[in-house]
Amino acid sequence: MTSAITVTDLVKTFGGKRTLFGGTSHAVHAVKGVSFELRQNETLAIVGESGSGKSTIARMLVGLETPTSGSIAIGGQSYDQLRAEGSRKFGQMIQYVFQDPVASLNPRKTIDRILDVPLRLLRGYDAATRARRKRDLLDAVQMPKDTLERYPHEFSGGQAQRIAIARALAAEARILVLDEPVSALDVSVQAQVLLLLDDLKRQFDLSYLFISHDLAVVESVSDRVGVMYLGEMVELGRASDLFANPRHAYTRDLISSAPTLAPAHP
Amino acid sequence: MTGYILKRLVSAIPVIIGLSVIVFGIMALIPGDTATALLGSYATPDNVARINRELGLDRPVYEQYFVWVGNLLQGDFGRSYILNRPVLDEILERFGATLILAGTALVLCSILGILAGVVSAVRQFGWTDRIVTFFVLIGISTPAFWLGLLFILIFAVQWRVLPASGMYAVYGGGDLPDLLRHLILPATTLAIVATGVIARLTRAAMLEVLRQDYVRTARAKGLDERRVIYRHAFKSALVSIIPVIGIQAGFVMGGAVYIETVFQWPGIGQMLVSAISTRDLLLVQGGVLLVAVTYVLINLVADVAQAMLDPRLKT
Amino acid sequence: MTQALATTEPQVSSARLSSWKLLFNNRLAAGGLVVLVAICLLAALAPLLPIPNPDATFPANRLQPILSEGHLLGTDHLGRDILSRLIWGTQVSIAVGLSATAIAALVGSLIGLVSGYARGVTDNVLMRGIDMLMAFPYILLALAIVAVLGPGLLNALYAIAIVNIPFFARNVRGITIGLANREFVDAARLSGKSHAAILFTEVLPNVLPVIVITMSTTVGWMILETAGLSFLGLGAQPPQSDLGSMLGEGRRLLFNAPHVSIIPGLMIFALVMSINLLGDGVRDVLDPRLRAGDLTRPLAVTRIRRKPVPAPTPAGDAAAILEVRDLETSFQRGRATVPAIRDISFSLDKGECLGLIGESGSGKSVTALSLLGLVASPPGIITGGTVKIEGEDVLALPEGRIRALRGAKVAYVFQDPLTTLHPLYRVGEQIAEAITTHQPVGKAEARRRALALMEQVGIRDAAARIDAYPHEMSGGQRQRIGIAMALANDPDIIIADEPTTALDVTVQARILDLLQDLRKERGLALLLITHDFGVVAQVCDRVAVMKDGEIVEAGATAEVLRHPRHDYTKKLIACVPELGQGAGFLDRVRPLFAGGRP
Repeated sequence: MTSAITVTDLVKTFGGKRTLFGGTSHAVHAVKGVSFELRQNETLAIVGESGSGKSTIARMLVGLETPTSGSIAIGGQSYDQLRAEGSRKFGQMIQYVFQDPVASLNPRKTIDRILDVPLRLLRGYDAATRARRKRDLLDAVQMPKDTLERYPHEFSGGQAQRIAIARALAAEARILVLDEPVSALDVSVQAQVLLLLDDLKRQFDLSYLFISHDLAVVESVSDRVGVMYLGEMVELGRASDLFANPRHAYTRDLISSAPTLAPAHP
Repeated sequence: MTGYILKRLVSAIPVIIGLSVIVFGIMALIPGDTATALLGSYATPDNVARINRELGLDRPVYEQYFVWVGNLLQGDFGRSYILNRPVLDEILERFGATLILAGTALVLCSILGILAGVVSAVRQFGWTDRIVTFFVLIGISTPAFWLGLLFILIFAVQWRVLPASGMYAVYGGGDLPDLLRHLILPATTLAIVATGVIARLTRAAMLEVLRQDYVRTARAKGLDERRVIYRHAFKSALVSIIPVIGIQAGFVMGGAVYIETVFQWPGIGQMLVSAISTRDLLLVQGGVLLVAVTYVLINLVADVAQAMLDPRLKT
Repeated sequence: MTQALATTEPQVSSARLSSWKLLFNNRLAAGGLVVLVAICLLAALAPLLPIPNPDATFPANRLQPILSEGHLLGTDHLGRDILSRLIWGTQVSIAVGLSATAIAALVGSLIGLVSGYARGVTDNVLMRGIDMLMAFPYILLALAIVAVLGPGLLNALYAIAIVNIPFFARNVRGITIGLANREFVDAARLSGKSHAAILFTEVLPNVLPVIVITMSTTVGWMILETAGLSFLGLGAQPPQSDLGSMLGEGRRLLFNAPHVSIIPGLMIFALVMSINLLGDGVRDVLDPRLRAGDLTRPLAVTRIRRKPVPAPTPAGDAAAILEVRDLETSFQRGRATVPAIRDISFSLDKGECLGLIGESGSGKSVTALSLLGLVASPPGIITGGTVKIEGEDVLALPEGRIRALRGAKVAYVFQDPLTTLHPLYRVGEQIAEAITTHQPVGKAEARRRALALMEQVGIRDAAARIDAYPHEMSGGQRQRIGIAMALANDPDIIIADEPTTALDVTVQARILDLLQDLRKERGLALLLITHDFGVVAQVCDRVAVMKDGEIVEAGATAEVLRHPRHDYTKKLIACVPELGQGAGFLDRVRPLFAGGRP
């Protein structure tokens, strides 16, 4: 089996429901029939600007939104079948890392209690195993041991994102959806988190769906890239090909808009 | 704007229907035989039979509701057996008195509250701020009915400068100056608590707005501080103050119950208290419904005023 | 990005301990607590105190004045001891007030939690019900309930509890909706938690402070209102009595024995006042914004406390239109004054573009805002240095002269135009206002110029957009309005604080082009604050790199980018991924962080 995620004709429309007086509310077509495949051990990046629908796809993949139509298969199993088996099965297959790391950690819980939840509910480990796994996870994301008894506000953005990644790894899912995982971080921290993600991928045999608006970041981490524009995937191809020979006009616009370090007027 | 007003008017209809259901429920919930409860000591077999027929009390509850609403729409609020007159006549007569009292108090507390709040925010931590904050705290901690008694003791009994009770003097009164003299004490008492609440929220709203990025933009444009505060900050603060005034209208109308009792003001609040004691339930029902509908309409006006200030609300 | 320094630095975990300390530091709240505890103790100890039976009547001994023998506070119309009745009545009032609060808090919070978390139909049904309750004037509903249930203390308690449910439901729902959309709730779901578990173990702990705040603000009300019902004769029925019914009975004797009604009223006042004082203190401690001092009013100009005041020096660089020397701006934290930026020196020539680059918390925005005293103050204070514009030290000028510079000679463009434009004024009005502030022109003329400016910054169909509100425009258009407003008085210097950070890349490219064109056309000097080396490379002639409040390196852009001298700059530049590098980027940065922990 080589496919981690297969998405076919995925559609998501917000609103557009019948209202009380017979009219229809304003419908937003966030995703309009998108198909792609994430292969095993691959990093597939989805780039696009705000409103392109890239985050909506990510949220549907992990079950935080329900697709309007289309099909999703994760690890060869159909989405509906997985959903029917409950959130537990889902969480064991696929995990998610949020854009804003600080907001993704409950401010009133220690890191120990935050990491405990997936180990207990998704893996069903006993207390001793959980304690061991927590230490391993912190090691994997290169955080010190005393992290466990602290609260989220005691960490910087980069550290919080490491903790959030540790939580995603705790479920032992092989597929990670990374939704703008470095956009909220300063460049030097961003580089470190990208390195960490790269190491973890090798270490744990992971497949990444990497959502981002930053072309340069995407190029540095991805094998293949899909470009989203107003709810459609306008182009999908190998990273090296796509950046060298963009076919769609929007992709060309994106690439030419990306700032570079070469001074404009030397 | 007209479209928005119409929309708000339409959306008030279910609220008013809901109100009528709740008010109707007052009657339906009364334990025992409704007719007997309504009539109290007037429950002669004749009267019981008549009220059963008039209000449809021998029919299922939902039919009773429609009979009741049908009667209301024709202006028939039933009859008070204790006062021996139609409920509508009684409540309309008293409603005017309540509107004069509550309306004066609402205007007073809005003006004073907003003024005090703005000054207090602008002079934050200064002496004015401390004095305002102190009086606000006293205002919201004082039982209005007790304050009314104190005022009577001081102004009517000790100094004899203002009348202690009533709306007009018994002899030779009835003109506007006489009404105003009688209005001063109850309206002030009623306004004091609401002034505290409005001042407090105005201060908080102003401080919140003064921290906003667009106020910094106004300063970066070189505007003088008066314009920054009164044109840029105050307008935004007003958007959150208006609904508070709407809510205070409810507190003022509710508080009128105490104040009318203390000052013998012949309004709906005083009527309600005595109607509850005498179990004159149709009178209670009519009075509560009228005041509640008025309150809904006041809040509707507040909503429209808010939307006129803030274009983002006109959706 | 703005004001990053004013936000929290990692706090010590003794946050809970310091809450109590904070509460006691607030003298009013501490005073309220002492009074409240004293009243509660007195009421609780009523059975043990050497006071007469509150219901024992001695008609012969009626209406004794205060301080009469055996009756410290006198007697009422039945000869009962007022002190004793006061203490027992207080007990009843407190018990009823607290019970009503508890019921309202429990039911209301539950409704709010479920409604805010479940949304949809559940939310609609529950909230319409709450709206119905709120559609009645407060006391009127309580009256109606008492009318149904019949007068009595317990019924009054229910009535007051019911009318207060909406306050809890609304407040809690508002917070819950915000929390339910937060990432940590989604994260908990993905970690396998059920909805019920999320609601009670993830959401509830974050809502608790709000519940406590609402309780502390409503408990005083509830005591007042139950007393009110009793005063009207609808609450406590004889022989049972609370403070309200004592007051109600005393009212009939107002003219000949005022103390019978004044004393219980004073007690209600003292009780409610102490609760409100304490409640305010609790709110100040629990509300993080109040705690951080975020709700203090910023002054028109940042406070300036330079010591020593720099001696006036002759103008150094004649070409420089802006010259900053040793600028230091600090923030007040409690009693300490902590510098946020230190020894900032740079100059800006006519028509030149200088980039000020740094990561979050480096002090670049504080630097930009300090130049014309726009740092929020409190807590900001400019503690040293000079800012010279055409040779004149701005920081030595009186407030009025600084204001005359703002928006005229020096104009600002801010980061997020959605929050920096006034939401309630049309964009045309906002541009026109910038013009009329500094130039004696009429309304019509100002509007005509505003329209021209909008056309110059490339707003299509400007004549139609001039009456739009900011929220009706796209992010890029809004930033163009921000720029038009900055150009209104033909400034010599524009200070742009992260002008494109909130925008998409394609829009960013267009805005940067616009700034570049305007600069060339009008000979503007541009100070550009950014965190993005790509933006600097594209726009700036020179660049200064900031780290921890200081400039670590400055020079010509090409030079700094190609041959950074300072280690920090080197690392920072190396960490910027560039298109065309592919996977080589990670290999390039790997050695930089080898072996190092974050």
